[in-house]
Amino acid sequence: MTLVKRIIPCLDVAGGRVVKGVNFTDLIDAGDPVELARKYDQAGADELTFLDISASVEDRATTLEVVSRTAEEVFIPLTVGGGIRSVEDVNELLRAGADKISVNTAALIRPQLINEISERFGNQVLVLSVDARRADTESGFEVTTHGGRESAGVDALSWITDAVTRGVGEILLNSMDADGTRSGFDLEMLRKVREICDVPIIASGGAGKISDFSDALKAGADALLAASVFHFGEFSVADVKEDLRSAGFPIRTLN
Amino acid sequence: MIAILDYGSGNLRSAERAFALADSRIVVTNDPKLCLEADGLVVPGVGAFAACMSQLISVGGDEIIRERVENSKPIFGICVGMQILFDSSSEKTQTSGLGIFSGEVTQIKSQILPHMGWNTVKAAENSQLFDGIESETFYFVHSYAAKKPIPGALNSLTNYGEDFIASVERDFIVATQFHPEKSGSAGATLIKNWVAAL
Repeated sequence: MTLVKRIIPCLDVAGGRVVKGVNFTDLIDAGDPVELARKYDQAGADELTFLDISASVEDRATTLEVVSRTAEEVFIPLTVGGGIRSVEDVNELLRAGADKISVNTAALIRPQLINEISERFGNQVLVLSVDARRADTESGFEVTTHGGRESAGVDALSWITDAVTRGVGEILLNSMDADGTRSGFDLEMLRKVREICDVPIIASGGAGKISDFSDALKAGADALLAASVFHFGEFSVADVKEDLRSAGFPIRTLN
Repeated sequence: MIAILDYGSGNLRSAERAFALADSRIVVTNDPKLCLEADGLVVPGVGAFAACMSQLISVGGDEIIRERVENSKPIFGICVGMQILFDSSSEKTQTSGLGIFSGEVTQIKSQILPHMGWNTVKAAENSQLFDGIESETFYFVHSYAAKKPIPGALNSLTNYGEDFIASVERDFIVATQFHPEKSGSAGATLIKNWVAAL
């Protein structure tokens, strides 16, 4: 009896469609979110994440509808992030069928949001998404905003410590240095965060080859999130799991 | 007909859809008459124990559950919906539960919490609930658990830092610490097994 390591495909959703692109530019339509969610479920994904990158209020309403259609058909946990600013935003998404919510910029602007959400719904629904990069701060890593373009002026490790105390149940650690490079997860950052963090860590950013995943687990990740390597079909969730299994990690297999 | 107890806690839609795969008549309600008449009552629950208990009491859910127990009518508790069937929980403050199962719900001894993700459940021998899924993985999200197996019941265990109850079956009452409605096909089979036995 062992808790397995989770593989989490991430889908960028805008206006009710999955989009893909590089650094949020040159977006192309990649299909129906529900259909893709079903496909990933059947491929053995352990959870799914929708990142709402909608620009308009109308598109956000569409996201709620997408979440609800997905929850009706796909019986694995669904995390939704992007643009969540209030307890009411969280409530709407949970009622639509999301299981977990991830917050990022809004929590940086107003950290009390973390307390408010976890007091109402419990810390297990709340994932703190941290976009971090190397910088001249105490830990050597800082938090960024705007897709890694701007510094939030906060040390990554002290922000994570603060947020966990306030009440997040999980950390989604995105390496902005590694993101898009496909040269592997930022293992040094993972190790540092693992040392100070007593909630599960989802590693993200930089996955390029299959062995990158087991390296991240060795560095202390509990779960692994990836977008492009799965969407562009370079390898499948099953390929990654097979590699993890042969490396001796506990994984979930489908019958 | 299966009633899913609506007391403002838990992912009701997911529970509704997952149980609808096994039974065509699902009602999400806190109407006492419907809840008492139903062939099976599902008690979901997400969040902190004390908050769930007070919400449960505010809609009269405690009375509904007790009355079903008195009448030996099937109940299925999920996650905190399982925990509230115990005597008490030490989450945040000491809070009384319904005392249908004896024992306390306490924090899991593990360095990393919550216990979040898929874990194997070792099904109790002769478990009807786990028929055909005796060593599958199920989805857990919690930091507190009931650790002492309940005498005279079928206790299915899991381990994360220490052993605790993943599922318990005693006569007409079943409960799971994990979320069958989020546990893919293994969860769907478990729900079907329960519905088939009603």
